[in-house]
Amino acid sequence: MDIALAVLGGFAAAAVAPLVVARAGHYGGYLLALVPLAVFAFYLSLAFGADDVAAVSWTWIDALGVDFSFRIDGLSRLFGLLISGIGAIIVVYAAGYLKGDPKLGRFYLFLLSFMGAMLGLTAADNLVTLFVFWELTSVTSYMLIGYKHEYQASRDAALQALLVTAGGGLAMLAGLVLLGIAADTQSIAEINAAGDVVRDHHLYVPILVLLLIGAATKSAQFPFHFWLPGAMEAPTPVSAYLHSATMVKAGVFLLARVNPSLGGTTEWTAALSIAGGATMLLGAYLALNQYDLKRILAYTTLSALGTLVMLLGVGTELALKGMVTFLLAHALYKGALFMMAGAVDHEAGTRDVRHLGKLARAMPITAAVAVIGALSLGGFPPLFSFIGKEVLLEATLENEWGAFWLLLAVVAVSSPLLVVAAGVIAIRPFFQAGGEPPKHPHEAPPSMWAGPGILALGSVVLGLAPVLGQGWLIEPAAQAVAGEEFEVRLALWHGFNLPLAVSAMTIAAGIVAYLFREQLRALTWPVESRVAGTVGPTRGYEGFLVGIKRGSAWQTRKLQHGRLRRYVATTALATVGLVALAAFTNGGVPLAFDVGGVHFYEWFLGALVLGGGVLTAVARNRFFAVTAVGVVGVGVALIFLVFSAPDLAMTQLLVDVLTVILFVLVFYHLPGPMLQARRGVLVRDAALSLAVGATMTLLVLGVVHADRPTDVSEFYAAAAYAEAFGRNVVNVILVDFRILDTLGEVVVLGAAALGAYALLKYRARDPEGDEQ
Amino acid sequence: MTSSTILKTTSLLLVTLFLIFSFFLLWRGHDEPGGGFAGGLVASSAFALYTIAFGAVGARQNLVIDSRLLIGVGMALAAISGIPSLLLGDAFATGRWADVEIADREIHIGTPLLFDIGVYLAVLGVVVTIVFALAEEED
Repeated sequence: MDIALAVLGGFAAAAVAPLVVARAGHYGGYLLALVPLAVFAFYLSLAFGADDVAAVSWTWIDALGVDFSFRIDGLSRLFGLLISGIGAIIVVYAAGYLKGDPKLGRFYLFLLSFMGAMLGLTAADNLVTLFVFWELTSVTSYMLIGYKHEYQASRDAALQALLVTAGGGLAMLAGLVLLGIAADTQSIAEINAAGDVVRDHHLYVPILVLLLIGAATKSAQFPFHFWLPGAMEAPTPVSAYLHSATMVKAGVFLLARVNPSLGGTTEWTAALSIAGGATMLLGAYLALNQYDLKRILAYTTLSALGTLVMLLGVGTELALKGMVTFLLAHALYKGALFMMAGAVDHEAGTRDVRHLGKLARAMPITAAVAVIGALSLGGFPPLFSFIGKEVLLEATLENEWGAFWLLLAVVAVSSPLLVVAAGVIAIRPFFQAGGEPPKHPHEAPPSMWAGPGILALGSVVLGLAPVLGQGWLIEPAAQAVAGEEFEVRLALWHGFNLPLAVSAMTIAAGIVAYLFREQLRALTWPVESRVAGTVGPTRGYEGFLVGIKRGSAWQTRKLQHGRLRRYVATTALATVGLVALAAFTNGGVPLAFDVGGVHFYEWFLGALVLGGGVLTAVARNRFFAVTAVGVVGVGVALIFLVFSAPDLAMTQLLVDVLTVILFVLVFYHLPGPMLQARRGVLVRDAALSLAVGATMTLLVLGVVHADRPTDVSEFYAAAAYAEAFGRNVVNVILVDFRILDTLGEVVVLGAAALGAYALLKYRARDPEGDEQ
Repeated sequence: MTSSTILKTTSLLLVTLFLIFSFFLLWRGHDEPGGGFAGGLVASSAFALYTIAFGAVGARQNLVIDSRLLIGVGMALAAISGIPSLLLGDAFATGRWADVEIADREIHIGTPLLFDIGVYLAVLGVVVTIVFALAEEED
């Protein structure tokens, strides 16, 4: 129960957030931060509790084996601590950053919902539970990126992120379903405990591909990386929280979660190493030609996500240890750096490094955060990310996979590029002269430097004393990813060895590259801008959108032409065709008319209905036609009555009366007398009508002569009173046995009425509009 | 709107009868012919008749509640009627019945009746919304 409360508490806090902010203004943010803080404390208590794993489960959809279940192991704990800890910091930070914003309550609603979704995702044990929370993170992320919805750029970026991640989510859903089939269970813990079952299954490759698409879109892996820089349109607290520390790591989380059951194969290693390596390199490179602080950080985040995926692909004990270490290190320093960028934007009025300079004097604390964050980004000792990078290099060097030289090259090229980015972030705006910011800068309020300060401090402390984080946090997480037991020992100083040498070389190369960055940009920018403008994935995305719009416009023109007669004709023809096809493939319908037992009044009713039909068809006046239709309806009602179906008869009669009334009301709006159709049209319509009539006749004959189960009516007749306490079987079926059908019909009816209402009112308000 | 005094006078009488009859149909629907759908249609006919006699504005006032809102209220009632069984551990919308004693008479009520009331209101809302929209345009 506690687990559910902790996981779902974010949603509860989200629900009351607008009220709290309405009462307390931005101070409400400080109050709301208590919720993530409490969740953080709960996860801490789990980490130091007696049990290694905490779980809770409810049956959700029994027939499909779907449970609403959570299971918190080492990996979930690491993520839970990051999500709730950084969440608390972000909630406080946003109170300062968005102080006075009239939509602050809504912001917290989205942000805390996102936190709940993320906690649910990382704690989920059932595949469907996981998927539901996965989609919730996409939806809340859409809301948050589009928070400044007055701006076109915000809306476009939000839609782009949603289309990419939700599209990937669909692929992932298919993958999860297949995974559930292959493993014959939906519990992730059971799947992971089942050994080689999934790896040996013939569906393994489809499962892997589909899950990879889901993970790659969410974690912005090449070639789906383009939405992440766009998402920087979001307010900075969102970028810091979603797009560096938490949500974009959901894909990495998914891959880590299924690693024990899917990982370790050649396909896994190849796919993840290549996608991860390519993203790592591409992200580090793309940061080079950026000047916006947030965009630089976004591209370096891409690089970090690529690193994590690549390490998962390598998959050795050392690599997984490095993955978890790097994940923690990155969340700490990148969260701090993003909040630093937000503080600079907030106080100086711009994030463009070309317009910033010498900020260190005015903003000393923010500058300190920037320096620590940048040193972490560059992988300098003695910070925690240096240790992460050491393990990364070690894992790459001892990698047994054939292409390890390729991975080493990727690391060797991207690391110096990250050092350049670090320099651009920290040195240029804070310590170099030049640039005139729009605002006169001064230090940010404590709410905006305390949080990033804590994260930066964490980078330093864990770097100097990694033992503080290894036993209870990193080791259980790495074990959960690997699915086996091993020890994790981290140290700042490894002795003189190959990783240290490579590390030193990349840092030295990075410093040289920083000094010559202008030359590097001049060399690369012309090529980059041309490539991005012609074949880049952003172009592909735009082309895809244009194609979708064209396609839907085409099919709307073809199918939704707005001509009522053609709609009726299409529907009728389709019905006739499908019924004829079904009759043909099932060996035809026996054309046996047995009129022996028909009473004389039944003949009379038949003639009444038939006569009404003929009169409707030949009528030259609308009122006459509608009255004739009414005759048909009444005749049918009488037939129902004769065959002892009073419910149907009554309903039929009522519907008919109302139909006539509605027709008469509509006639007021129709222009002039009825138009007479041309002879050819009349013949065509008559043929179609006869075909429909013949089809209905055949259907009825088919039903009469078919061997049908007789126990259905007997069951209802017997069960209606015994089980549902009603003597009217028709009504009992409607409101009890088949209640969901009726509910659906009521909803359809309501939607149709609102549609008709809208159409009528729209026309009434637009007298110039063409009436048909 | 009509100028016929005969129609106006008789319709007042008929509308009352129709409405009472619609409640009657709704109530007895579980055991005898009738039910929420038929009851809703009879009630709709009453309002349609009133609209023809007195115009949409008057009919709208007599309905008291906005007909569009009525659709939503009906749908909500129908959906809510499924929840009690959910709380009691059964599947959504499993019929729940109770015998309530009102003025020395035992009355058998249950969630299907609530559902039927929802259907009644929704049907009434649907038909009347369209009738009003059509009739108002000619005013």
